[in-house]
Formats: sequence, C-alpha cells, structure tokens
Amino acid sequence: MTPEDSRYAKSHEYVHPEAGDTVVIGITDYAQKELGDVVFVELPAVGTELELGDEFGSIESVKAVSELFSPVTGEVIEINEALTDKPELVNTDPYGDGWMMKMRLSVPEEVDEMMTAEEYEEYVEKESGH
Amino acid sequence: MSDEAATLKKTPLNAVEHELGGKMVDFGGWELPVHFSGIIEEHAAVREHVGLFDVSHMGELTVKGPEALALLQRATCNDVSKLENGRAQYNGLLYPTAGFVDDIVIYQNAPDDFFIVVNASNSDKDYEWIADAAKGMDVDVRNVSADYAQLALQGPEAERLLQPMTGVDLASMKYYHFSTGTVDGVPAIVSRTGYTGEDGFEIYVAPSEGPRIMRKLIGAGAKPCGLGARDTLRLEAKMALYGNDIDETTTPLEAGLGWIVKVEKGDFFGRDVLQREKAEGPRRRLVGFEMVDRGIARHGYPIVDGSEEIGVVTSGTHSPTLKKAIGLAYLPLDKSVPGAEFMVLIRGKETRARVVPTPFYKRAK
Repeated sequence: MTPEDSRYAKSHEYVHPEAGDTVVIGITDYAQKELGDVVFVELPAVGTELELGDEFGSIESVKAVSELFSPVTGEVIEINEALTDKPELVNTDPYGDGWMMKMRLSVPEEVDEMMTAEEYEEYVEKESGH
Repeated sequence: MSDEAATLKKTPLNAVEHELGGKMVDFGGWELPVHFSGIIEEHAAVREHVGLFDVSHMGELTVKGPEALALLQRATCNDVSKLENGRAQYNGLLYPTAGFVDDIVIYQNAPDDFFIVVNASNSDKDYEWIADAAKGMDVDVRNVSADYAQLALQGPEAERLLQPMTGVDLASMKYYHFSTGTVDGVPAIVSRTGYTGEDGFEIYVAPSEGPRIMRKLIGAGAKPCGLGARDTLRLEAKMALYGNDIDETTTPLEAGLGWIVKVEKGDFFGRDVLQREKAEGPRRRLVGFEMVDRGIARHGYPIVDGSEEIGVVTSGTHSPTLKKAIGLAYLPLDKSVPGAEFMVLIRGKETRARVVPTPFYKRAK
C-alpha cells in the first residue's frame, strides 16, 4: 500500500512531512521494484541547497543507474547513512528504513502540489500500462 | 498493450514467462524477462543450485555440404578442422579487418554438417555474411533460427536435475560436447555449454515443445532466471558480450581471445591483420577491473588520463558473488597490467578503478 500520509512526484520520489518544515524523502515501492536490487545510493552532502527538479544523487541497481530528482526546494539537513552499508534497505523498506534524506522546505506549498497516494497509484497504473 | 510492445518479437516461451511474473523488457527487439524474483537471487541460484534461462532469441544456422569445412575455415579464426562429431567450439566470425562479425559456437554433426549458434541481433547479418562467403562453393547455408526453442539450464545441480528427463548420458558428456537425443520424450540437442561460468547444459527443442519442457524443468526445481542474472554471471566469468565487449571494431587479440586465433591453420578473413598484431602486440587490451572508489562504471563510460580519453568501459555491474563493482574495459597495453589504477568518468566525476586478473569468478572443479 502507498502510505497516505505522504505526497508523491512523477519521478517516483515520496515526500513525508515531519514536524515543522522538515520532510523525509525517498523513492516509492513502485520505483524500487522497477529498479530491482539496489546496490549503491549516492546522496548529496548535508547543507546542499536543492531546487525542485534538481538532480540530487543517483541510485545504482544491479542492472542500471537512475538519477534522483528533488521533488521540493530546500536544504538537505540529514542523509540516511545506513544506506552506505545497506543499500538494499531501499528495496526492503522504501518508506521506512530505506529513506534517503531529510530536507527543510523553503517553499512548503510545493508539497501540496504533489500527488496524493491515490493519485500516485492511478498514475503508476497508467504508466506501467496495466 | 502499447504499439511498441506489439512489435516486439516473442520467443516460444513468452507466455510462460508472463505467467511466471517475469519483468519483461525490450532486448534488441525481443520481449524477454530481465528478472523474475530479482537479479541477485537468481544469480545465487545459478552459482549454488540451478537456474533456467530462455535463450530462444539466439540464432541458429546450418552449414552443410562437401565444402562446409572449407567455408567455415575461411570465415572464422579458430581451427574448425580440430572439431570432431559431437563437439562444439567457440569461434569468431571475422571481417577482413579482423573485427568481429559475431562470436559464435560451432557444433559438428558430421565433417560436412555443422550447426552454428549465433547472437540474436546478429543472426541475419551472420547468415548473409556466411552465405556471401559461400558463393561459388558447394555448400548449403541456412538460417534455421525459427526452428528452435533454446533453454539454458545452468548451475552445479543441472546434471542431476536434467538426467531423469533425458536418455542422453550426461555424466559422460564433457564440457563443449553435445549429443542429439530426447528430453522428456521429444527430439533435442543437448550440449554441455553455457554463458554463466557454471556447469550446465543448453537444450534445443522444437518451439512447440519449449513451454512444456520449461515448465517441467522449473517444476523439478530450476529457478527461472532473466537477462539481468545472465549478464552478471557471464561478466564474472569474463565471457564477452557482442555489442558491449566485442564488435566490428575490436579484434580477438585485443579482446583477450588469442586462444581462438589459429593463424597457422591457413588463410581466413582477418588473418593478415592478426598476424601483424601478434608480431607487434595489440594497441589495446580488454582487461577486468574493480572499482576502488564507490560507484559502478557501465558500458560506454570513458577512461581518462587528465584531459585525454585513453580507454572505454565495455561492461560494468555490481558482482553479486564478489559483492563489489566490477567491469571490463579497453586500455592501452602499458596501462593494462593488474594493479594499475585508472580513472573512469562516472557522470562527469573522475572515479578510481584498478586492473585485476580475470576471470573474476572461477568455479571449483
């Protein structure tokens, strides 16, 4: 199930709001399934300022590399260090321990523009052609 | 279904693969599974137990007639006269430049009857090239790719799994030998060959029989595997992939395939170039490497020395067995010794890698 307390980008990142203007960002369950076994995640340095749509890193699965795009504008305040040794967390728990980074939003309204869980599921269904 | 998917070629096993939940992709115009349960899991199944691959997209040609041997001797660089009935040989189909038309496996049924397995995307090109070379010769060349479903059963438990289904005595079949017989009651060619670096067999049957045989092998315990694991397995074993590691611009000597170059056998396409290359040494060499810095260097990534591009990565992946990033690359001869470090540009960033001895993985005998 797609968590209903998060918002979703067309590029398959989720944004999970925490306290204040802080959000947790990762990739969706659909995205991790598409990628297959994740073996390496490259994340930005803490303090990096990102704008909506900026490439913030990359994710390597056994079969391919994919770019990661920031779904919001803000500053990276924490990255998930656990992914260095256990990139497979992205596969096993994308919405939990497989999170990628935390950001402090500078344009909180951007999150409201993103898809809801229901909208995202419809979007994925269309994209995958089922 | 989109129009694009509708135009993809399908193997005789396509419906079974959908049934098994294969994640289907476009592979050179063929709809094939990249994985079923996951590349790492499938890879491990082949290294430790037994896995099953649909390789029906591979092409098959037959070359028959009094001058069949003469034709193959001229068109390839390995010595086909060394073959015996029931044996198979890895070989290179070369242009006069010594670049690869394709890398192939030749099976000898009789001294005037050969069965050739070629890469899927090259099968028409290979057929035309060989048929063209055969002009004026007493030989019959045919493209029989549509007549076969091909299954690769790979892994240390392959023999145990397949033996109850076939009258062919597998225990006495050596590596790169084959036999015609039956599998599950239907005519089949069974060879002890593969593209994984593991023991195993390749099975050729009529397309209509393929799905039943596939289900039976899976029912007996073979894990369905996709193209993803096929690539990681072959790369660990340093088996070349046409279109990645070898192509019309690379010679067998550059690719580290000197063992299939037999210049003493007589004239063949590319022989002059190879003789010269043998005498002078190739300009560059295909080497194995592992990443020193984090990251995976993939096909086409440039290798740089300062501002100069000195080589290129031809294959790269995460090795499930070694649990590190590995790959193959062409490097100038003086930089191709094990231990030498070099820089790969990964999305614009210089990333350190090191030449290592190959194969990356060798099975215990």
